[in-house]
Amino acid sequence: MTQLHNLTLSEMAKGLKAKQFSSVELTRHFLNRIEKFNGELNAYITVTPDMALQQAAAADAQIASGKGGSLAGLPLAHKDIFCTDGVLTTCGSKMLSNFVAPYDATVVSKFKQAGIVMLGKTNMDEFAMGSSNETSFYGAVKNPWNLNKVPGGSSGGSAAAVAARIAPAATGTDTGGSIRQPAALTSLTGIKPTYGRVSRYGMIAFASSLDQGGVMSLSAEDAAMLLQAMSGFDEKDSTSVDAPVPDYVATLNQPLKGLRIGLLKEFFEQGLSPENAKPVRDALAVYESLGAQLVEVSLPNLPLSVPTYYVVAPAECSSNLSRFDGVRFGYRCDSPRDLMDLYKRSRGEGFGAEVKRRIMTGTYVLSAGYYDAYYLRAQKIRRLITDDFANAFKQVDVLMGPTSPTPAFDIGAKVDDPITMYLNDIYTIGANLAGLPAMSIPCGFLNDLPVGLQIIGGHFSEAKLLNVAHVYQQSTEWHKRVPQRYA
Amino acid sequence: MSLSRSDVENIAHLARLSITESEATVYAGSLSKILGLVEQLNSADISKVEPMAHPLAGQVQRLRDDQVTAEDQHEKFQRNATKVEAGLYLVPKVIE
Repeated sequence: MTQLHNLTLSEMAKGLKAKQFSSVELTRHFLNRIEKFNGELNAYITVTPDMALQQAAAADAQIASGKGGSLAGLPLAHKDIFCTDGVLTTCGSKMLSNFVAPYDATVVSKFKQAGIVMLGKTNMDEFAMGSSNETSFYGAVKNPWNLNKVPGGSSGGSAAAVAARIAPAATGTDTGGSIRQPAALTSLTGIKPTYGRVSRYGMIAFASSLDQGGVMSLSAEDAAMLLQAMSGFDEKDSTSVDAPVPDYVATLNQPLKGLRIGLLKEFFEQGLSPENAKPVRDALAVYESLGAQLVEVSLPNLPLSVPTYYVVAPAECSSNLSRFDGVRFGYRCDSPRDLMDLYKRSRGEGFGAEVKRRIMTGTYVLSAGYYDAYYLRAQKIRRLITDDFANAFKQVDVLMGPTSPTPAFDIGAKVDDPITMYLNDIYTIGANLAGLPAMSIPCGFLNDLPVGLQIIGGHFSEAKLLNVAHVYQQSTEWHKRVPQRYA
Repeated sequence: MSLSRSDVENIAHLARLSITESEATVYAGSLSKILGLVEQLNSADISKVEPMAHPLAGQVQRLRDDQVTAEDQHEKFQRNATKVEAGLYLVPKVIE
């Protein structure tokens, strides 16, 4: 039999229902692996073994009485950006290194109600600002495919945990690519849903018009199961969308014959080496063999995504992070001289270098006299980019291209140059600006490092994206590869 | 667009961030580079474009009835504050 940690969630769910193993056994197995491997990976900030075993025992009782739902007893890790009642919630920052959340995020409570077992909280770039997981106050996360490489970011701890099979799946959040880019760099399936699909309540805010929660898993089928449970209207999130959630699992196997795939011309022309494009082009050939048609499409304003993002996201971040004042929660400096000193030193000492850089960028672009030149202009270009996507979806069903311009890079290689780091998200930011759902799925390797294929769809087309990803995974094996050390 | 060290010190003050002189020098360099990247936005014609504040068109801000829905949990919430007395948050003296 396949070892427990190499099972997908859907296989685990079958094993639990058939009483081949219990949730307590499954949870112990993952807790033991965390004990063994987390030291070298630094994927978890907090592990919650006692709570996990209690939840597992409760799930076993539910399953025994026939009341357990389809996800009951399955273990999962939460990115440390989601508030968890009674559990340390740091957001990867010294600022929140003493913060025990007093309530559960909606995503966390939905998973609790479904009987999911939380293994712990995963490492991340500080306040989700980063593309390599090197800005975390808790230290860099290592890529399980090569411990000298970054796992991507900001959901780098979730990515490393699932890739190393010390969690069967994990939550993530994606503001500019923070689910898709780490999924690509660690050979996982990651989905960022449509803006408003998943509640942001209790998900610590970075840039509120871009942030969206999602999942990272070993297959599109697992992603569909989890997304089903975490999606839906939430009155506690003022931008939550009140629309029915389709059955994502039911449509996974729909044939792809006649599917129109748009190839993003700008993605293949901009910053992509031929050898990095090859696995992506191979994947497109697989789709053709499955009956899809490839159509080249152009989104002329898409190359402006990165500069647009680096106005909009820092502006929203500078506003959101003004809540950290050293008074009500979070880090407070020692012996402040006066109130101004309390604010300035609590924030100056509590935030790391990249977070301060983004707060200052945002403060500058919103300051009097510069608002029109930066923020207003960026909001207008955001509309041009969004209109480009809307026009493309008149011709095609989904868009495809690379997720990341390169595979995982060396730890430390880009930390001194923010612009080089920002360009990692060149292919992922567009979907956030337009609020579109997008996925990354494993499509091959370059120099023994994983490469991801990005699939972008129209608003609320998650079922289609998962279907397109699942059918590919039925005829390929890339998503089944395991880093040798963790097999 | 190039920012000087004193520009950065002014921005840091507006953002209520204490930074050292050497940090201000480093940030002057990196913030200038970021603003240089942002200058690409000047290439687009935006004369007839409406700004977009929300990614989903047609979303309207929901309103709810003006009724108390949250319960009082201030003791639980104040456990996360470093200095609290008699249910109040303590800060340095503000009025002389």
